[in-house]
Amino acid sequence: MIKAKNVVKIFSGRSGVVRAVDGVSTEVARGEVVVVIGPSGSGKSTFLRCINGLETFTEGHIIIDGVDLADKKTNINKVRAEVGMVFQQFNLFPHKTVLENLTLAQIRVRKRSRKEAEDNALMLLKKVGISEKATEYPSRLSGGQQQRVAIARALAMDPKVMLFDEPTSALDPEMVGEVLDVMKQLAREGMTMIVVTHEMGFAREVADRVIFMDEGRVVEVGTPEHFFTNPREERAKLFLKQVL
Amino acid sequence: MNATNKTWPWRLLLVVILLGVAAGTWGAIMKIDYQWRWKRVPQYFMYQAEIPQKIPFDGRVGAIVQNGKEMRVTLISEEAKKVVRTVAADSLKVSEGEDLFIGDIVGFSKSWRLGPLTLGLWTTLWLSAISSVFALFLGLITGIARVSKNITLRGLAMIYVECIRGTPLLVQIFIAYFFLGTVFNLSRNVCGIGALALFAGAYVAEIVRAGVQGIPKGQTEAARSLGMTAFQTMKDIILPQAFKKILPPLSGQFISLIKDSSLVSVIAITDLTKSGREIITSTFATFEVWLIVAAMYLLVTSLLSQLVFYMERRLAVSD
Repeated sequence: MIKAKNVVKIFSGRSGVVRAVDGVSTEVARGEVVVVIGPSGSGKSTFLRCINGLETFTEGHIIIDGVDLADKKTNINKVRAEVGMVFQQFNLFPHKTVLENLTLAQIRVRKRSRKEAEDNALMLLKKVGISEKATEYPSRLSGGQQQRVAIARALAMDPKVMLFDEPTSALDPEMVGEVLDVMKQLAREGMTMIVVTHEMGFAREVADRVIFMDEGRVVEVGTPEHFFTNPREERAKLFLKQVL
Repeated sequence: MNATNKTWPWRLLLVVILLGVAAGTWGAIMKIDYQWRWKRVPQYFMYQAEIPQKIPFDGRVGAIVQNGKEMRVTLISEEAKKVVRTVAADSLKVSEGEDLFIGDIVGFSKSWRLGPLTLGLWTTLWLSAISSVFALFLGLITGIARVSKNITLRGLAMIYVECIRGTPLLVQIFIAYFFLGTVFNLSRNVCGIGALALFAGAYVAEIVRAGVQGIPKGQTEAARSLGMTAFQTMKDIILPQAFKKILPPLSGQFISLIKDSSLVSVIAITDLTKSGREIITSTFATFEVWLIVAAMYLLVTSLLSQLVFYMERRLAVSD
């Protein structure tokens, strides 16, 4: 499904060159839920953003369903339509109602009729439990509700993969649960997911595989049981000691 | 502490200051020898024109029939051809049976005509309106080019904006008329509109650039992550949000444009300002005319402000 081969992302700024992602290789199978954890600045978000082309990577290959993102001929917009993304800051369109947030890309990109898009949107809003807010503007919603709308917006494109970039980090603690519940439900339904998060409980419960990153590299990969109970690497042990 | 703030003393102070300014101005005017002739002004808004009605052939006057305040005069030629001329009753110059030669005046018909102030205002309005439309398009394109990734586009936009903002509008109008107008054989109206549009366009571009850059990056990322193209993102996500934010400075720019359009009077476009100057040369009512002209500009710009205020409230629903 997704194959990353030796992905390198170099940011060059005035303060020098930063290898944000430094030779990451991994594979994600269809229906698999992969949780990426690591200290801040470890390059996990940057890697995630490389997967849907929000960051262009410097070296390596990312192949999604047989399409190589490093290939110049690849239409990145077509790839993105298949790869849903949920952001830390929700990034809902504030000038559009909840329903319009969900229908816009369906109509523009998937070329669905308004009716078809709206039906699909209402079904998804029901699924994430906020169908009664369809006509509201995002500013009237709580953080948790906004994030659930953002998930529904990504799902409305019928993506093959969902990427979550710290989806609960900007939420008030009491709203984290409702968003994680939606994500758990998605995982149970067999959605392929890559989740960057600090929610260790979620990782333990839902992940098929945990990837631990530090300084742009994959330090340790394993099942949640293995990773949380008996990690091999020192760096991973240190990190777990600090967060658990 | 007293929690309730009393506002009435400050309101009173405001009124006192305004009255003071008015009284001071009044006193200063009274000191100089100036004959106020407000009565002369209304005719420059609208006046009753007297159009001479002439006999188109050699002939004589037939029947004259009164019809209210008008007289219907039947004129009969030597070949017994009849025409009817309608003139104002008090301007009738002929009587029944009188012999006339071709071109003799039968009387005058009266009709209302727009005066130079009204026509000047109209010129100012359409000149500003057309310039605004061009300026908006130009500014939109340039503003987006300014934030483009393409260095050529960015460079062109920057040079345009810097050149226009770094030179006075009056000089630009002269260049547009005397240089470009001569080289490309353009009419004065085209030169005037072109200069105003180019000038306002540069400022609109800066406003648009600031507006687009003021939209969080996450909006672009969210739209692009859904597979929308750069163009769709700009059109559906960035510009609608940016437009809401830049409406106040944008309207300020268009209000400026209306005022700046007074400068095109230097290339002999008869706008409101030029009309004012022309009226003064024939009436010497300098004070009255300039005050009236100022009031007319003020009226137009405040109407525009009100319109924008209304639009802002309409657009605020999603906040």
